[in-house]
Amino acid sequence: MEYPLTEHINPGRSPLGIDEYIRAGGYRGVDRALKEMSPSDIVSIVRASGLTGRGGGGFPTGLKWSFMPKENDGGIRYLVTNADEMEPATFKDRYLLEGNPQLLISGMIIASFAIGASKAYIFMRWAYKKAEKIIRKALAEAYESGYLGRNILGTGFDLDIYLHTSAGRYMCGEETGLLNSLEGKRGIPRTKPPYPAVSGLFGRPTVVNNVETLCWMPSLVLNGSDWFIKLGRTGEGGTKLYGVSGRVRKPGLWELPMGTTLREIIYDHAGGMLDGYKLRGIIPGGASSDFMVESDLDTPMDFKSPVKAGSRLGTGTMVILDDKTCPVKFIHNMLKFFAEESCGWCTPCREGLPWVVKVLASLENGTGKEGDIEILEHQSWYMGPGNTFCALAPGAVEPMQSGVKYFRDDFQKHIDGKRCPWR
Amino acid sequence: MLTDKEREEIHEEMMAYPYPSAVCVDALKIVQRHRGWISDSAVADIASELGMSADAVDGIATFYTRIYRKPVGRNIILVCEGISCMVMGYEPVYKHISAKLGIGFGETTTDERFTLLPVSCLGDCDHAPVMMINDDHYNNLDIKEIDAILEKYV
Repeated sequence: MEYPLTEHINPGRSPLGIDEYIRAGGYRGVDRALKEMSPSDIVSIVRASGLTGRGGGGFPTGLKWSFMPKENDGGIRYLVTNADEMEPATFKDRYLLEGNPQLLISGMIIASFAIGASKAYIFMRWAYKKAEKIIRKALAEAYESGYLGRNILGTGFDLDIYLHTSAGRYMCGEETGLLNSLEGKRGIPRTKPPYPAVSGLFGRPTVVNNVETLCWMPSLVLNGSDWFIKLGRTGEGGTKLYGVSGRVRKPGLWELPMGTTLREIIYDHAGGMLDGYKLRGIIPGGASSDFMVESDLDTPMDFKSPVKAGSRLGTGTMVILDDKTCPVKFIHNMLKFFAEESCGWCTPCREGLPWVVKVLASLENGTGKEGDIEILEHQSWYMGPGNTFCALAPGAVEPMQSGVKYFRDDFQKHIDGKRCPWR
Repeated sequence: MLTDKEREEIHEEMMAYPYPSAVCVDALKIVQRHRGWISDSAVADIASELGMSADAVDGIATFYTRIYRKPVGRNIILVCEGISCMVMGYEPVYKHISAKLGIGFGETTTDERFTLLPVSCLGDCDHAPVMMINDDHYNNLDIKEIDAILEKYV
């Protein structure tokens, strides 16, 4: 088993400095890419590997890159790293940012070279204070070592990387909201098209990629696409950072082959449920993913398989619903988050989310009534794909629509008993 | 008026961006770091420095959760109410702090020592429940340890 993302991470210890990282062979990918490969060679490898966006969207990375204009108009192009990890129950990018900053930086150098970017930004979550210090130091070291700045490795390639720390708001993780925020504006989404590859940051061609996605570049250019595909179990290549939180014996994060099953992740790696708790449901990929249940445990967690079970891989970091936690309260917590984080730009999301939060709250406090479940179902459809400006509301309703499906009896008990049975 | 230090820090940020208004969010964070919160006069100061209208700056300031448009205490406690922290028990943590300090979410102690706020998922879910005080993270919270943690902040 290979661990290309985490092999140089020692939990509890400081990350490798650039000299140690270079000695460990960490910059060989950058050397190979800049000295021996053309930008189109790199794009070809990434396309052939089938690498998909690890932020949760799962869009093919090479395809996204190929949308950049073929003609060079002499203006600036940008690469932006989305490190605004704000999806509830997600804690994977933080591990990479704190554990091996040079892996991300070397990945950004290779990606920038491939798409012709001369400036790049890391848009990082405000709360990641430790990561902020680590990344600043790592960037300074990369400049001192000649891997950033003018004429990198004497190849004529120039690249500056800047760190921007956010000021909050989930919307900034959506790539066009992120670009607005990076331009100093309110982080509301933009109309697409034009897509960022045509008109992105400051109106220039831009690629936005997740931290975990970019961390693949150094090993991909060194080992090639066949190697990458073989790392996965189901044809979708690579490894994946999977995490589990909730009432399990060993909550944590692991780098495992893409397509590892839910059962292995939860029972072999997270140690199964704590004594006295039973598993009732799994939110598999951050709050904006549909519940999976016990009968789905043998689902390989790649991008394609969970869809058959009505859910999705999302960020790959899951939270467990146990039998001592009220499912209505569990869903209410997540929907309240989405209602607070709605940017207010479009009506279904701005009005619909606070409405369902009120309904869920009334169920919880014993004032729910007949028809409430139907309101939740209707709103799940109303805020679904195609009716809103961006993916916030369609994502927000995923745990609600599947929660009503799997735990309908529990919802009904709140109405019939005029109280929450878990209180 | 911006202080020389605030102006210097804002101009340093400008090196990374093609035009002044692009640093608006950074400028708000810088001024808040020095003054604790963003008053109407802070909005006006930033607006004139960046060549923006005060309304435009206010529209941006009010969008972002971590920009405070009301006065806050010397120390800010952020209790994570994300889904993993809910399952693992943020409510007892909140109740303990609230009872100890005599304030609820959104309130500041009369001696201005603490402001208590909820915060969305802090990305430390495998160590839930978690909270932040100022820039410091605390995880695997145990009610018994909270009083000693609070003592560190004056």
